[in-house]
Amino acid sequence: MPPRAAFPRAAAAAVGDARLRANLRHATHTIRAKRAAAVAELPDWELLRAAGAAIKDRTLRHLDHYLPRLEEAVTAAGGRVHWAADAAEANRIVVDLVRATGETEVVKVKSMATQEIGLNAALAREGITAYETDLAELIVQLGDDLPSHILVPAIHRNRGEIRDIFARRMGDWGRPAPEGLGDTPAELAEAARLHLREKFLTAKVGVSGANFMVAETGTMVVVESEGNGRMCLTLPETLISVVGVEKVVPTWRDLEVFLQLLPRSSTAERMNPYTSTWTGTTDGDGPHVFHLVLLDNGRTDALADTVGRQALRCIRCSACLNVCPVYERAGGHAYGSAYPGPIGAILTPQLRGTGTPLDASLPYASSLCGACYEVCPVAIDIPEVLVHLRERVVQGGQVTLRGTRTVIKPARGHAAERAALRAAAWAFDHPGVLRAGQRLAARTLRLHPRRLPGPGRAWSDSRALPEVPAESFRDWWLRTRGERDSHEQP
Amino acid sequence: MRVALFVTCVNDTLYPRTGRAVVTLLERLGVEVDFPAAQSCCGQPQYNTGYRHQAEPLVRRYAAAFRGYDYVVTPSGSCAAMVRDNYPRIGARAAAEGRGRELTEAAESAVPKTYELTEFLVDVLRVTDVGAYFPHTVTYHPTCHGLRLLGLRDRPRRLLAAVRGLKLVELPGAEECCGFGGTFAVKNAAVSAAMGADKARHIAATGAETVCTVDNSCRLHIGGTLARRGSPVRPVHLAEILASTEGDIW
Amino acid sequence: MSSRDLILARIRRALTDVPRSETPADVPVDRGYARTHGERTAAERVALLAENLADYRARVHRTDAAGLPGLLARLLADRGARTVLVPAGLPTDWLAKTGSGTGSASGAGAGAEPGSGSGTARRVVDAAERTPRELAAVDSVVTGCAVAIAETGTLVLDGGPDQGRRRVSLVPDHHVCVVRVPEQVVDSVPQALDRLDPARPLTWISGPSATSDIELNRVEGVHGPRTLDVILVAD
Repeated sequence: MPPRAAFPRAAAAAVGDARLRANLRHATHTIRAKRAAAVAELPDWELLRAAGAAIKDRTLRHLDHYLPRLEEAVTAAGGRVHWAADAAEANRIVVDLVRATGETEVVKVKSMATQEIGLNAALAREGITAYETDLAELIVQLGDDLPSHILVPAIHRNRGEIRDIFARRMGDWGRPAPEGLGDTPAELAEAARLHLREKFLTAKVGVSGANFMVAETGTMVVVESEGNGRMCLTLPETLISVVGVEKVVPTWRDLEVFLQLLPRSSTAERMNPYTSTWTGTTDGDGPHVFHLVLLDNGRTDALADTVGRQALRCIRCSACLNVCPVYERAGGHAYGSAYPGPIGAILTPQLRGTGTPLDASLPYASSLCGACYEVCPVAIDIPEVLVHLRERVVQGGQVTLRGTRTVIKPARGHAAERAALRAAAWAFDHPGVLRAGQRLAARTLRLHPRRLPGPGRAWSDSRALPEVPAESFRDWWLRTRGERDSHEQP
Repeated sequence: MRVALFVTCVNDTLYPRTGRAVVTLLERLGVEVDFPAAQSCCGQPQYNTGYRHQAEPLVRRYAAAFRGYDYVVTPSGSCAAMVRDNYPRIGARAAAEGRGRELTEAAESAVPKTYELTEFLVDVLRVTDVGAYFPHTVTYHPTCHGLRLLGLRDRPRRLLAAVRGLKLVELPGAEECCGFGGTFAVKNAAVSAAMGADKARHIAATGAETVCTVDNSCRLHIGGTLARRGSPVRPVHLAEILASTEGDIW
Repeated sequence: MSSRDLILARIRRALTDVPRSETPADVPVDRGYARTHGERTAAERVALLAENLADYRARVHRTDAAGLPGLLARLLADRGARTVLVPAGLPTDWLAKTGSGTGSASGAGAGAEPGSGSGTARRVVDAAERTPRELAAVDSVVTGCAVAIAETGTLVLDGGPDQGRRRVSLVPDHHVCVVRVPEQVVDSVPQALDRLDPARPLTWISGPSATSDIELNRVEGVHGPRTLDVILVAD
């Protein structure tokens, strides 16, 4: 991901894009009510949610126990396990594995981890073409675009735009779109089916992520809808799965929690159309070579933060995006990461650090309304982590960066704010001073501007300022009930 | 029962009427209410912007100001949530930084007695009909912290439903944030204003004369947005509606 | 240091707040959630399965063992299927009324052999050497299943003899899945996992292939079978 403008600027541009806002509003509002209904069907939802959080916490607190067990189980079942400390190492491993097959094309299942590490670009640099096969990823790839949503990477596109992209670009990548392609979802899905079928039938190498990995059995789980996942997981001879280390769960039984939480939170279905599980390799069924690349790339840095750690519970359902009023208006691209929305605002600054203006602005990309926490199926208290990361941005302090403990300085650009809040805190801690200030404000009423200068302009451009009343509550009380006032402290 | 009013810094300075309404209402219900002058701000602006350490003196001040009271009542869902959710966190973090249990003890003294106004009315006084009269069409915006952090659920609605003369109309998208969010309104002004504009549009669509909240910081944002758009809808705090009677309409 | 050792060392350093004596079992997981959402008789369970399958646009049919061959033949004939793919272990009597011939998928279009029953679709038995392209040339596929989940409307295939390789139920555009009721039907996801062997490759199917990628609206039919017929066969 190229470093881009800090969130507020990118978001402001998106707010001004009427079509983008209409697309996002339509899509997110469509899914909200459906999710609520799917969740309401399960009276034990809160217990499932608590269990999901607890299982993830158990795993994270003992990750050094579960990962070697997973490795052992995968290996025993015929798979090969590789470990990648960062994106560059993961990409190198995958490039080498593809090269060893002699192939120059791979088919891909939608995967957040490979988006995060920029795998497609790394493969392209080595002359290997990666074909995205998820419908939305295909739209993004054909449109030379970036994903803007975890579940629906092309959520920022409406059907008309998708039709245009297919008609214009499919021919450059393979089978062209049918003549006179319409814009109904059924026609668009049919065009994708025809375009990709040839790739599926000839592909020798598949690349995927995974939703879950079971330490006890070495089983990998991929949850999907379209069947492109099944194609990539079962037709090629070689399968390479790149998976974040936090995706491990302890036991087979634990899936009973997550396979209930994920589909209802994600696509608002009782169950997603297809779920594939595989354990190593199986004679006569599916790829006969299976590689698992376990990815750190900042995850252990997040693990080292006892408040921020909970972000690693995330099962990538995207429910938090769909309810977020900020995401709905800013769009996914403003977050400058594979992980947009509320979860991105806490995950990205932990995975990448808060060193760039963009990453330092992400923890502020929220009004702290709490809707994300309410819908999170693994109870990640996103507002709590946002505030925690704001503290890291403005106060600095001890963090872990690429495995090394270091002390970071406060981010630049917060000096005026720090001074103002410190002054406010000081005044609040001295009610006498506060009262003097209130009285001064009341006496100078006529001098108050209707619009504020400087940073305050951002407020008064769209919102009128309230009038400061002539008498504060404090003074009213003193005037009317002063005799009862027990103890005023200086 | 010793009851103190925590009026909050926003109300003290910008909305003293709301504080006076709470006093009027509680006294009408037979509650003697005190206003310890040592109180100031709950520390939320500092804490939520990332200046946890600057909020610490205000945690201490809150605990000290309300020592000796059985109940602290505040007309702000957001400030009540700050005390309930974040004071214990501030205490725990200080302890983890090797600075003892002082702030934890402050939190422990503050949390159990702090009540948002509608909680105090419904849960402690066990009253939903407060004898109010307010002859207007009202729509209710449940503020985020009241709704999701405190879990006020239907308490404000039950109180409104019992007000004579009042016609309550549903607000579309009621549970969506108005876009205030403290410093968010300035740091992400474009998104905040867009959220506010949508909220104002929904409020206008109800045809209500009045929009009611349980938090004046949200009212500040909603009211400012309505005023800038030239809307005649009047924003009020729930306490002002509940304080109204036939003889004394607020 | 290998990356494996590096990552494991980072993890241990990251977890200094976790007491050394703590074991995974010390982290409590409350399993108080429901094993099933409701008490049902066997008949109610099957009815719920049928309802939820249909809700996700599967076409549901009910019959008994005697009626199965005729129903299968009719479904394939209605579809106009000229060839039908079958796993090697599919009970032979299921297709007794379809077509009896067997042959290569690549010859699928070259005219079907006359069958012994009412249907005419020629049987194509799957084998390891069949290429994806051969499978794509077949019109329909018939399989059994391992477990069906009533509460979610889900069929689970585990590669058993009557189900075959995972690709068998994937590549053809029309999948007919036979569920023996009530014994293959469970209420819930937890009960299904109990019955399944994680060592086998599993495919969980809930309705036909679908996508929510265009404006977050669900539409059926992308890469997997666009038509899913489910036959509930009573004892």
